[in-house]
Amino acid sequence: MLFSVLYIFPFIIQLVTSFKTQTDASLNPLSLAPAPFTTEAIERLADTKFPRWFFNSVWVSVLVTIARVFFCSLAGYALARLKFRGRGALFTAILAVMSVPGIVLLLPKFLALKYYGIYDTPGALVIPLMCDAAGVFIMKQFFESIPPSVEEAARIDGAGTFRTFWSIVLPMAKPALITLTILSFQGSWNELGHFIIASQNENLYTLTRGVAGFASGGLGSGTQFPIKMAAALVMTIPTAIVFIIFQRFFTQGANAGADKG
Amino acid sequence: MATNRSGDPMRAPVAGWLFVTPMIVILGLFLILPIVMALWVSVSNWSGRGSPFGGSTQFVGIANYSDLLTKPGLARQDFMTSLRNTFFYVIGVVPLQTALALMLAVLVNQKFLRGRTFFRTAFYFPSVVSSVAITLVFLFLFAGSGAVNGALAWVGINGPNWFADPRGLIHLAGDWIGVWNINDPPSVLTGTRLVNLSLWEWIKGPSVAMSAIMLQVIWTTAGTFMLMFLAALQDLPVEVEEAARVDGANARQRFWNVTIPHLRPTIMLVVTLGTPCSCSSPFSTSSPSSSSS
Repeated sequence: MLFSVLYIFPFIIQLVTSFKTQTDASLNPLSLAPAPFTTEAIERLADTKFPRWFFNSVWVSVLVTIARVFFCSLAGYALARLKFRGRGALFTAILAVMSVPGIVLLLPKFLALKYYGIYDTPGALVIPLMCDAAGVFIMKQFFESIPPSVEEAARIDGAGTFRTFWSIVLPMAKPALITLTILSFQGSWNELGHFIIASQNENLYTLTRGVAGFASGGLGSGTQFPIKMAAALVMTIPTAIVFIIFQRFFTQGANAGADKG
Repeated sequence: MATNRSGDPMRAPVAGWLFVTPMIVILGLFLILPIVMALWVSVSNWSGRGSPFGGSTQFVGIANYSDLLTKPGLARQDFMTSLRNTFFYVIGVVPLQTALALMLAVLVNQKFLRGRTFFRTAFYFPSVVSSVAITLVFLFLFAGSGAVNGALAWVGINGPNWFADPRGLIHLAGDWIGVWNINDPPSVLTGTRLVNLSLWEWIKGPSVAMSAIMLQVIWTTAGTFMLMFLAALQDLPVEVEEAARVDGANARQRFWNVTIPHLRPTIMLVVTLGTPCSCSSPFSTSSPSSSSS
């Protein structure tokens, strides 16, 4: 019981405080009834660049998710099922890459984006995230678990490799594809580090980047907790919806992550 | 690389490479190249301006690394301070998040508990929410006049000004039990210096500000590790526990002598996965200066 209070209370506070006035929030941080009830914080949030950031987060996450699912399945399938020279070395390289902590690469990634001349463009937000090693790993694991006999039949019937992959194998991989879709969407929606180094134009901020600016005083004077809580609330809602609908797949994804250890 | 159990992979010398091309291009440009660049810059005298691959940049071997360790100055002081902070952060976060995850898993695994799915969802939910959103909520909860201090006031404790408090926990604990006075630390400790920091600074412990961040991290990540423990707990055969019960072992004995040994591999996994995660944690919260000073 104590634990569930510890885990649910912060989210309730977040919800309730979004509808409080500034004074109410600082005088009664623990009270669960806004007095008076007001949507002022949400209206003020709408006057900032927040709606724009929300829109950016949506299109960036959608594009990243589509590309990631497609590219990771292609590569995962090739690594699991197609025989070509250098496959083993490639797989080892992927495992090695996965072990480098992302935070040390932020600065070099920023330098690389500048070097390619795409820094501060919409492309810089999306392209670098379009494939990730962990996704390739999950798909490879999955493709190895399905029996190859069906593909062999298709190939005997004369279907090419891509056709076999697209119309025979992918439909069978639905559970893994859904898992990867959810993980990719959630991953890009919550991504912060990459967006910090990819742009400096406020119009190209995503939610995480923009709202992180609120935390470090981007809202001007005062603590402005109701607005901050409203921002946190709005950015939590899409993940919450996806999470509640696809909960089963989240748990699978977490365990797929555990398998590689 | 293992060939799969049932039959050989298909020969596809061209298609194979075509299939992995998008991955190679993206990971190559945005992951491998930055790694190479980081390695190269770390052994070069690149000034920070222009291209690091330009003509004026020279190879200097391990000079940058040895400077970091041997050259007294601000760079080394910062490096040593962050080493100390990371050390206290990891030895605080890893055991606590492992213990909390295990506790949550055992709790959710109880057969008589009603609404198990609900609890599992509640505990795992923070893991899928944006860290920025959670940070904002924690900044509010741990504000000087926030919810945490409000709750502490009920039980008569005057809470600290969490995120703005740079005092070290070990310093505070020592002051509290009377080993030293935090405002007048013993000169043996302040006088002895060891690579840029005095002994007194080395043993500071995590600052109050950092502890609040650590609490947030533990709270957030425990859910993920709970799922791993839960998966392992569900593999524990019921008969084993029954047998222990018949032999007269009480709940505590069953936990320590049956459950824990069964979970040992998972504990290892959680600790090994948790350590690098927390070592590379960026402290995205507001006041890096107070947590590192």
